[in-house]
Amino acid sequence: MSEAKLEFLDRSRAFWNPGKTQDWQDMGVDLVIDRREGYYLFDMDGRRLIDLHLNGGTYNLGHRNPELVEALKAGSARFDMGNHHFPALARTALAEALAACAPAPNMVYTAYGSGGGEAIDIAIKTARHAKQRRKIVSIVKAYHGHTGLALKTGDDRFSKLFLSEDTLGEFVQVPFNDLNAMEDALRGRDVAAVIMETIPATYGFPMPQEGYLPNVKKLCEKYDALYIADEVQTGLMRCGELWACTKYGIEPDIMVTGKGIGGGMYPIACTCIGEHCGGWLTEDGFGHISTGGGAELGCIVAMKVLEIVQRPEVRTMVRYVSDYMRAGLDRIMAEYPDFFIGIRQHGVVMGLEFNHEQGAKPVMKHLYDNGVWAIFSTLDPRVLQFKPGLLMTQADCEEVLRRVEIGIGLARDDVMGSHRRSA
Amino acid sequence: MEPQARTLVDISGSHAALAGHADMVLERARWAAEVFQRYDRELTMAIADAVAAAAHENAERFADWAVRETGFGVAAHKKLKNELTSRPLVDFYRNDDYVNPRIDEARKIVEIPRPAGVILALTPSTNPIATLNYKVLISLMTRNAIVISPHPAARECSVDAARALGEAATDAGAPDGAVQIIENPGIPLVEELMVSPKTSVILATGGTAMVRSAYSSSNPAIGVGPGNAPVFVDSTADVDKAAKRIVESKSFDNSALCTNESVLITLEDVDARLRRSFKQAKAYICDADDVDRLRRYLFHDRGFNIECIGRDAAWIAQECGIRVPDGTLVLLAPIAQIGVEEPLSREKLCPVLAYHVVKRRNQAITQARAVLRLAGAGHSAAVHAMDEQVAMAFASAVEAYRVVVNAPCTQGAAGFQTALAPTFTVGTGFYGRSSIGENIGPGHLVHWTRLAYNSDASESFGNYRGLRPGFSGPLPEAPSDGVPGSNGYRARRAEADASVFSGVTREELRRMIAEELRAVLRK
Repeated sequence: MSEAKLEFLDRSRAFWNPGKTQDWQDMGVDLVIDRREGYYLFDMDGRRLIDLHLNGGTYNLGHRNPELVEALKAGSARFDMGNHHFPALARTALAEALAACAPAPNMVYTAYGSGGGEAIDIAIKTARHAKQRRKIVSIVKAYHGHTGLALKTGDDRFSKLFLSEDTLGEFVQVPFNDLNAMEDALRGRDVAAVIMETIPATYGFPMPQEGYLPNVKKLCEKYDALYIADEVQTGLMRCGELWACTKYGIEPDIMVTGKGIGGGMYPIACTCIGEHCGGWLTEDGFGHISTGGGAELGCIVAMKVLEIVQRPEVRTMVRYVSDYMRAGLDRIMAEYPDFFIGIRQHGVVMGLEFNHEQGAKPVMKHLYDNGVWAIFSTLDPRVLQFKPGLLMTQADCEEVLRRVEIGIGLARDDVMGSHRRSA
Repeated sequence: MEPQARTLVDISGSHAALAGHADMVLERARWAAEVFQRYDRELTMAIADAVAAAAHENAERFADWAVRETGFGVAAHKKLKNELTSRPLVDFYRNDDYVNPRIDEARKIVEIPRPAGVILALTPSTNPIATLNYKVLISLMTRNAIVISPHPAARECSVDAARALGEAATDAGAPDGAVQIIENPGIPLVEELMVSPKTSVILATGGTAMVRSAYSSSNPAIGVGPGNAPVFVDSTADVDKAAKRIVESKSFDNSALCTNESVLITLEDVDARLRRSFKQAKAYICDADDVDRLRRYLFHDRGFNIECIGRDAAWIAQECGIRVPDGTLVLLAPIAQIGVEEPLSREKLCPVLAYHVVKRRNQAITQARAVLRLAGAGHSAAVHAMDEQVAMAFASAVEAYRVVVNAPCTQGAAGFQTALAPTFTVGTGFYGRSSIGENIGPGHLVHWTRLAYNSDASESFGNYRGLRPGFSGPLPEAPSDGVPGSNGYRARRAEADASVFSGVTREELRRMIAEELRAVLRK
């Protein structure tokens, strides 16, 4: 490590976040991201990493995608954040663009946050207003963000620290893929909404069993609760359709998109609201206010993101990247069957499962040493989040697989011992 | 109110947008090309046959459409060209294998075909569909992906035709994106496509500026310069047949093909006979005043009047105010000189044929060389002679890489009434500042990796008979876990090993062990 980096890390500990800075050093990941381009990150010491983390799809279209940079530059010749009190050209234009491609026909409104958590809060507030009830059901180990209401829907890993967990029984959590538990939670007809990540990301992408999500939606209808689809990580073509919920045959009442919608260039998040549950927008349009939410420069970038991800070329490429990576990972899995034990996949949303309760951490480290950056799942460290970009080139995919095969082999030796494998 | 997707900030003309568009199309093609390399010959040819059938079926519809859209040529002739560039093209190459390795036991060399990857094909307005058919088929036969950039004047018919071929290809199992077309081919976008490192080779047919631009793109290019074919009718020729063939050639698609005869050269003692034969063959011989009118009409200060491209003789005569008999197929324009001072000695993509008489055979050759020095170097020429020494002398002197003998040059040079390779891209070679001097075919879109053994007799050659690179075929579809009909979450069987070794048993074994282990670990 260079002197410059050592000094920088000291500053990071001193002024930014001592705990987080140190934790990465302890895990053997001394990454300080400097230059970035396409799906490459460059450490401040110059080492290149292929980014398979993408911050949950924020960099779906690559880092500093030239078309998004251009849109932002051109946009800034005319717009700034805008005045959130007034009808605004860019905010309305993005709302229309979203309505035109929304997963439900009556999803006409969009309310804006500056990040995913805020947009989740808007979704929950919207549901509570529409149903005049407080209770929200989410899944165990859910993750919807760190703002006031979003935090309470998730694992207490992030809320207890701040004495911010739910204490009033307004937030109920049920196990994923358990329809009976879901029905029990809804049976009292006192639930405003079920909030569901179409594929729970931070939990390591456990995949919904066939019929689970559509049946949750049916239960919502049966017990008069709304269905909020959190498409922050699964949306924007990552599952081969614009919104993953569409693949499971669901028309949500409310949908949240974030991260990737801002293309990694301007933070923005959107709560798309069905006409039937957006009553507050008519009753008291000033009910939710956000100076940074839906900043118009963000809207300009987001419209370009929506245009790009809906191109036919992108659809094809997502399929190629998914199929090609899967074929390669299957081969690697066959090489290390005692350690690399499963692949969860929907499109370019993938979770690699290892046969050790912290197995994804050494894999992450060895991939890092081999030039690939992929992160473990915070709430299930057996699983490595493996998230190639939508536009990844064939050459880069091949490069990733080459490095992953080496990295997993080394991690396996760390975990299982270096004696010869079964095959 | 219906939501509209509007653009508040339009960046479509920016470099970022154009490069982004080009990159996305080409990367999709690269993926297709990569997967295509996994295909075996049977599937490859099945795809080529399916696409050829679609091209054949659509020949008439797109011939009519092309004439309607561009105003060039004769629909019936275009239909014929569209047909010739479909099934017969594939049949012509049916016995040429661009997929399996070739073994040369004597030299101890094995040659493995390696497709170029992504072909960027520029197609012209004069032969839009035939060129498109041809380029798509030679790409598919060689397991290449193709991106077509059509001439803007033939955009609509080309886009529709390419879509039809693309669908036929994917229906037959070709990788998605193996055939793509640029729907709005502006010059800045085409330049981005040409300079992209994702383009493997540019196959350029069209105007000189475009071809030169392809060559200066920094990417490999196979470009084709303009034609300006001289045709020599010798005293040993069967003059009647020669006249008939030349009329047939010039009137075919009204000379929209660049292989058409441009300047006829003959000898004084043939002149009178040849004129009679031409009259019988429905050519009209212009007088001095007619020639003057033609010259003024066909050539502006800026060059050839593109209004006349592919127009019929009667139409051109009428535009010039020349009265010609009904049914006239070709206008013969006698000229006294060849060279810069005589525009009629330049390329004319219409049924007007310059007609020049010389005293001796040697002079015929120097005049023919002069025609090609003016334009069309490396392209085509024709000779009508029964004396093979004349043909040899002519062919070895003119700077053309194909000299058609006793046949219509339009069809003959393009390989349709000769045994030359049927093509819509005529390599103009070094004379024409191009890389290839023969008719372009699938063979030009493949390079070969050569396994070369030690030539020492004590080192024996391996037994490669029947060995194939791992043709693992189309990529298996990854599961969408939890979606009904998808494979669902489970460890899938590893894909068959792509090596030449039979790895099936080993893979099977691994899979079984993996499944057993997993079962144990879950308990």
